[in-house]
Amino acid sequence: MSEQHIKLPEGSIEKTTTTLNLGPTHPATHGVMQNILELDGERIVSADQTIGYIHRAFEKLAERRPLYQITTLTDRLNYCSSPINNMGWHLTCEKLLGLKMPKRVDYLRVIIMELSRISDHLICNSIVGVDAGAYTGFLYVMQYRELIYEIYEEVCGARLTTNIGRIGGFERNFNDIAFQKLEKFLKEYPKVLKEFENLFQRNRIFMDRTKGTGAISAERALNYGFTGPNLRAAGVDYDVRVHTPYSSYEDFQFNISVGTTGDNYDRWLVRNQEMWQSLSILEQAYQKVQEFKGAEAEVYHADAPEYYLPKKEDVYTKMEELIWHFKIVMGETQIPVGEVYHSVEGGNGELGYYLISDGGRTPFRLHFRRPCFVYYQAFEELVKGSMLSDAIMTMSSLNLIAGELDA
Amino acid sequence: MSLTNETIQARITEKFGDQLLNIEEPYGMLSFEVPKEMNLKVLNFLYDDEVLKFRFLTDLTAVHYPDDKGRELAVVYHLHNMEDNIRIRFKVFTDINTPDVYTATGLFSAANWMERETYDFLGVNFVGHPNLKRILNVEEMDYFPLRKEFPLEDQTRIDKDDEMFGRG
Repeated sequence: MSEQHIKLPEGSIEKTTTTLNLGPTHPATHGVMQNILELDGERIVSADQTIGYIHRAFEKLAERRPLYQITTLTDRLNYCSSPINNMGWHLTCEKLLGLKMPKRVDYLRVIIMELSRISDHLICNSIVGVDAGAYTGFLYVMQYRELIYEIYEEVCGARLTTNIGRIGGFERNFNDIAFQKLEKFLKEYPKVLKEFENLFQRNRIFMDRTKGTGAISAERALNYGFTGPNLRAAGVDYDVRVHTPYSSYEDFQFNISVGTTGDNYDRWLVRNQEMWQSLSILEQAYQKVQEFKGAEAEVYHADAPEYYLPKKEDVYTKMEELIWHFKIVMGETQIPVGEVYHSVEGGNGELGYYLISDGGRTPFRLHFRRPCFVYYQAFEELVKGSMLSDAIMTMSSLNLIAGELDA
Repeated sequence: MSLTNETIQARITEKFGDQLLNIEEPYGMLSFEVPKEMNLKVLNFLYDDEVLKFRFLTDLTAVHYPDDKGRELAVVYHLHNMEDNIRIRFKVFTDINTPDVYTATGLFSAANWMERETYDFLGVNFVGHPNLKRILNVEEMDYFPLRKEFPLEDQTRIDKDDEMFGRG
């Protein structure tokens, strides 16, 4: 057949596989990353990932920025759950500086982090649905992501790249509207999540598409450095919130949801179950926040004048506050010498910050342990031998965020 | 939580003795340093030992200390024992002119991209790595951007010199 069309040189071996460039701007990649797939018919023979299309040199930039300016860099890692990144960064700094947060701040942070975990999982799970051909769920749950974003807006004024919170607490107290919106969310969301779950969980088509595809064993997952829902789907009950509690997570009752097979379906189920757990944490946290009375109910930051900006009216009237304000804004506060690794449970895994300070005003070295950078390298092993359409499902169910991949 | 920093320290000192240097516990994490030829031996020992069981590579990166002549580059490993839930950190230092360190890819698949990233940004040459090429930067790049000799700011600016940042 081919002889009629192309005359191959003498002795050449005809290529029997097809090369397909999946990405960097393919609609199914959900982010700027490239996969060069070798296909035998529709089966994948090999996959070669190219990443780095939106690399922005955050680690280098961070070496010239005072601590509080690095928060905006962390926004842009996993932009589906920026508040978790922000909080993780604040917690890292607070660990280095030796600051202790009041309980109310911890609980408010838990509220923000769990809201963003829900929004992260919501996006990931509904995108898995979209890739399987179910668009309705995605559009439906967007309303509730919107509500979560409105809560962020009340607290920090931003929606996507939030820059929420400060080293030493929050920039302002939660206002009444924020709490009203949180109440609305807690009231309405369980019903919506239930409906969303009903759309997919026992859906024959969805199950056929996801069961048994992109599977990984617990042993391989650990060897590949998987963390977060992807590791739990393989059956390992590792959760940073439970194993190394930060921000008073030890005060909350919740379960770690695990899967068994580590395939796309289990990953979906684990994320879904985690949203229910997050809801329960949210309810507990909101209750705990309401228990604070009187002056305690107004606490939203620690007493850390060296790192936490003073009130504006004090800056205008008091000398000392003016000095602190100037020093903080100009980035003239010396950071203590130290080396610290701190990790939080991000939307898609263990998000770690490795911060080295030599006593200057900026970090000497900052390294982000980005969960999806670590586990994306397993992609070839996950999809080898499977169909092209399964590879697309696998890619979305891994929850790859290009911003985090490339840092 | 049966495993404590003291037990780990006792066990590795018993095995490696004087070759462990600078044993510290900054912020509760046991951290030490070994000669760079020893990195695989230490990793293997930590992995295989039936008490230590450090079988999860959390993070691998490098740091450039330009003033530390002869040992400018430090490769930093963060390991995690998930059963006892304890972490350790260890470092190997290498000369910047011969930045050859053995690869950990044989032990951890996760090390593959982490080492590529470290090579990409700091130029650590991981001996035995199956595919040591740049990962985030363009292939044509001929320098290692996270090394300290590459300043971020425009060098003609005087308002942002090192003195302004507490290091003059």
